[in-house]
Amino acid sequence: MARKILYQEAINEALDQEMARDDAVIVMGEDVVGGTGANGEMDAWGGVLGVTKGLYGKYGDRIMDSPISESALVGAAVGAAATGMRPVCELMFIDFMGVCFDQIYNQAAKFRYMFGGKAETPVVIRTMYGAGFRAAAQHSQCLYNVFTHVPGLKVVMPSSPYDAKGLLIQAIRDNDPVIFCEHKALYAMEGDVPEESYSIPFGEANIVREGEDVTIVALGRMVTHAGKVADALAKDGISCEVVDPRTTSPFDEDTVLESVENTGRLVIVDESNPRCSMATDISSLVAQKGFGFLKAPIEMVTAPHTPVPFNGALEDIYIPSPDKIEAAVRATTDYVH
Amino acid sequence: MSDAAITPITMPKWGLSMIEGKVIEWHVEENSTIALGDEIMDIETEKIANTFEALDAGLLRRCVAQPDETLGVGALLGVLAPEETSDADIDAYITEFQANYVPPEPPEEDDAGANYEWLNLGEQKIRYLRMGEGSHNIVLIHGFGGDLDLWLFTQEPLAANASVYSLDLPGHGQSSKDVEDGSVAGLASVVVKFMDELGISSAHIVGHSLGGAIALQTAISNTDKVDAVTLIGSAGIGEEINGGYISGFVAAESRREMKPLLKQLVGDPGLVNRKMIDDILKFKRLDGVTEALIEISSGFLSGDKQTVDLRGAIADLPMPVNVIWGSEDQIIPAAHASGLPDNVTVNILDGFGHLVQLEAASDVNKLLQS
Repeated sequence: MARKILYQEAINEALDQEMARDDAVIVMGEDVVGGTGANGEMDAWGGVLGVTKGLYGKYGDRIMDSPISESALVGAAVGAAATGMRPVCELMFIDFMGVCFDQIYNQAAKFRYMFGGKAETPVVIRTMYGAGFRAAAQHSQCLYNVFTHVPGLKVVMPSSPYDAKGLLIQAIRDNDPVIFCEHKALYAMEGDVPEESYSIPFGEANIVREGEDVTIVALGRMVTHAGKVADALAKDGISCEVVDPRTTSPFDEDTVLESVENTGRLVIVDESNPRCSMATDISSLVAQKGFGFLKAPIEMVTAPHTPVPFNGALEDIYIPSPDKIEAAVRATTDYVH
Repeated sequence: MSDAAITPITMPKWGLSMIEGKVIEWHVEENSTIALGDEIMDIETEKIANTFEALDAGLLRRCVAQPDETLGVGALLGVLAPEETSDADIDAYITEFQANYVPPEPPEEDDAGANYEWLNLGEQKIRYLRMGEGSHNIVLIHGFGGDLDLWLFTQEPLAANASVYSLDLPGHGQSSKDVEDGSVAGLASVVVKFMDELGISSAHIVGHSLGGAIALQTAISNTDKVDAVTLIGSAGIGEEINGGYISGFVAAESRREMKPLLKQLVGDPGLVNRKMIDDILKFKRLDGVTEALIEISSGFLSGDKQTVDLRGAIADLPMPVNVIWGSEDQIIPAAHASGLPDNVTVNILDGFGHLVQLEAASDVNKLLQS
């Protein structure tokens, strides 16, 4: 367990180990083999940020570059899944879902249901999300909420290298379509990852740290921020429990409710826009099923209801920060009825 | 002013990786007299919570560490001094101690776990940890679903005057998950091969739970290689076993399923912390572990009955046989310690559960060293 690797290396290792284990696993996407005009594996870069680097040399034609048409790429992957393969396709940025959404929500998500359980669609769509890279409004969004809305899709948001490997292996072995959301800012995060293959079940929240006073439910990149806030507030005698749902669909309601039952206060940190989001979803869950536990109103820390700004100064204040999370936690502990 | 009369109580170091501990609560008050081995406070580490027992006797003049404080190993927790020492002297002592105290550095990345070694036995890779140099050898064998970290509080103290080895059994910890032969006899043969490969000609074999049955089987089949055998909360010497715990452990996938099970392992359920549950779930998620656990469990029990009974061979063993049990063991009842042949020394530790070597570490260590 002492071995540390990066989040993006953990993703690469999961793909590598699953491709070695099961010949039906294939990888498809834009530039997943090599860079533009790549001259064989010597020039291979392996995806826009190098996550699939090295796989082409090992697995050859099982790593497939696709044309720049997300609709064709995702459609082909969904069809391959329905006919016996286990494709992992890469939708470079989650923002591009718009051009292939029919393949995802009307086709992949519906096959099992509409064919009476006789068809399965074991496809994984890996995709990058999140702001902080000066990549402007069309390459920075957090659209996992949209996928979470659709029955028939499973939605995964690993927040650490350990979770990235175990959840991706689970995603590949799962017989339903899985949207695997990777935050760009986490790619360089380092953490303990076993060399052996392992899988983390979906719908099992991780209690990142235990606490008594306030529950912070945080998603993806926000888990790290929540941990920093919990460290800072511990010095002031405020004990925070940090819960990472790990998957937004299925969602581990019990762990969140049990935690709020214990603390009586809830702060939800969701990098997405605030309307119809995980923040509102979790908030309604606790308001409905855990109302009696609450000692203070639920606080939500989210981006504002605007596109992601290109201006750097504006982008920095757009993203939920540890300061905003701390203020939200204090609002729950300072609350007087 | 005589510092000689003042004795500090400092944060203990429990296991290789501990660099700090959190004070949960004091069990003694200022100005009370402490005897050696008295429970003085609860401390929580990254791995487990435990009770700290007094290493020195004396009058507790000052509780320095406060509940909820997280302090480095060696940090000042309290001060023992006789009545005649003045408060001013104690204040001066504390000031000087704090000024000179340097908390331990977190281990360098490359050092973390650097002490673990691996050994190939045929196709199997076995992880082990060796500590200490001494005239005799001790081999520690963990139980079902455990790993060598269960000897966290045992191995280092014993290593003060012995060469002490702990290993991950096949299917466990970081050893190969392909168990090949998961029977007690099969696992005992792994222990013998392990000793042969490392040139351990003979050793005191200590086994916990299933590891006890393996230790006993090793002694029965290799009397020349076993100097003494100690069985802690051991399988293999009675019929009853909490089969629900074993099958629940094999099936559990989530924290909510695992937590109530692990609480059955200890007399004080407060000892089961988040990290302990997390580590076990991380182990269980590895490919091949569930299959390995099913294979091994089918080798020594069926429902609530153990299928391996080695009691008949104990009376003829030429080496000392010791049995240690926590009176509150909910996995294998302490009643199995009674009715054993006369060559067995039995110690029952009151109020502790199945993981007695963690819960009552200093008592168990004393028994292992005697």
